[in-house]
Amino acid sequence: MAMKKPLAANPPYRLPPPLFDARCKACWFSAALVLLVLASFWSLDLQWAQFLSLDAALSMARFAGEFFPPDLSPAFAWKVAVGTWETLAMSLLGTALAALAGVVLALPASRLHEGDAAWSRSPTRLLLNALRSIPELVWAALLLVSAGLGPFAGTLALALHTTGVLGRLFAEAVENVPPGPGAALRAQGVGPLRVFLYATLPQVLPQLMSYTLYRWENNIRAAAVLGVVGAGGLGQLLAFHMGLFHMGKTATILGAMLLLVALVDVLSYGVRRWMTR
Amino acid sequence: MNRPAGTGARQAPDRDPTWLPRLFWTTAALALLWPLGVATEFRPWVLLEPDNLKVGARFAASFLPPALGSDFLALVARETWRTVAIATAGITLALAVAVPLTLLSTRVLSVSALSGRMARGPFWLRQAVRATLIVLRSIPELVWALVFVRVVGLGATAGVLAIALTYGGMLGKVYGEILESGETQATETLLRNGAGRLQAFAYGLLPTNAAELTSYTVYRWECAIRSSVVLGFVGAGGLGQQLDSSMKMFNGGEVATMLGVFIALVALADRVSAWLRRALG
Repeated sequence: MAMKKPLAANPPYRLPPPLFDARCKACWFSAALVLLVLASFWSLDLQWAQFLSLDAALSMARFAGEFFPPDLSPAFAWKVAVGTWETLAMSLLGTALAALAGVVLALPASRLHEGDAAWSRSPTRLLLNALRSIPELVWAALLLVSAGLGPFAGTLALALHTTGVLGRLFAEAVENVPPGPGAALRAQGVGPLRVFLYATLPQVLPQLMSYTLYRWENNIRAAAVLGVVGAGGLGQLLAFHMGLFHMGKTATILGAMLLLVALVDVLSYGVRRWMTR
Repeated sequence: MNRPAGTGARQAPDRDPTWLPRLFWTTAALALLWPLGVATEFRPWVLLEPDNLKVGARFAASFLPPALGSDFLALVARETWRTVAIATAGITLALAVAVPLTLLSTRVLSVSALSGRMARGPFWLRQAVRATLIVLRSIPELVWALVFVRVVGLGATAGVLAIALTYGGMLGKVYGEILESGETQATETLLRNGAGRLQAFAYGLLPTNAAELTSYTVYRWECAIRSSVVLGFVGAGGLGQQLDSSMKMFNGGEVATMLGVFIALVALADRVSAWLRRALG
């Protein structure tokens, strides 16, 4: 009688799975991804030769060199300061308007309690999605027609896009609120407006504030560049002076932009830490 | 139940007990908003002036019917693909920028930090890489595009480069945060036992964080599609450039079609990205 072979102490090695398997979703997905990337590079007429040539490098260096020295004469610095303040004001006012409109639109966009028919929910959400998916810059270009050149068009553009974003976030916050306090008030026969003001709003207010702050941070970046289509602020100065090849002035404006963005980042970080403490 | 004598049942107040602070803060907010309104030339009645109303109404009325000629639709389809392609190529190049910089900057992969403090050289190298990432990220992509349009001329190249630089900065920063916030035990063990940094990354750090990294990249791809439309406005090709030229010619029908396509594209990217991120878990 032959001796039985002892079992291996460890399970025997198995080969790794084959690299491509028709049933493996991840393989198909990776293949599609590679295809998408290759098709993108192939279909765009990218001028690498021109970009990576010595000529381009020289012109790039010359271009960067022209930035120095930045124009810091008092008259121009004052203009940049005004532009910076305009940008800041656009972002603040746009965000404030959007927060108001967002709250107003969030109510019809949400199911306020069990048994709320919420007829207006889908149409309002559709509106919010449309507002949200058109970027600020496109809104600004559209609004220039009736609001004219200047920061007003920019403010409205920021407000419209941000209304879409905040309205949707607010609606989700309102729908996720614990239903107890609202139900208690409704059982006493209190009307829907007062239920919102005294039960729903106090509960969601911290969340609304933090969403609004976050959007303000985004909007200040957007406001800085909105002017490129003529909607006021630093962007308008930038487009104007870059178009005329005033490189020293362009450098000052870019510096102001960087400073503004960095300042807001620090400020908003501080406020959020203070609020969550 | 008997109440102690003298207190009596307290009446509910007739009016809001905090009306005074509410009134005060509302007034204060309005007073603070006033200078903002002045600075932004906030005059809504401008919209209602007869001239502006007429121009605006005519422009809005020309949106209908949307332009649906077959030539124009073919053009829109081509430009839509270009928009997606610019975003995809840009994100690919952004990865090429972000991945090496992330590897340089994460402190988890520091050998000297295993035994107490990081050595001085690597510490300053990491800080320098971080500063580079911050600068790349805080210049808006539109400004990069304006600069590159001057250097390489109008066209998709400027858009791709602008997205590559800005998103390279963003991806690099967030990748670093993801890698440092996760579980680092396995990586540390590998490093302590003599694995090289790249080995420790590939077998320790990457597998733990792969899902999160991929999901963030997909989200950024979606953002890049949105911004590649915007970049077209400064001449970087794609849907934005067509939209800009149609708008300048007040051709409402074409604008309406392109806005519709654009909304659909963003919704689609949104859907695809949400689905992918859910599949990644």
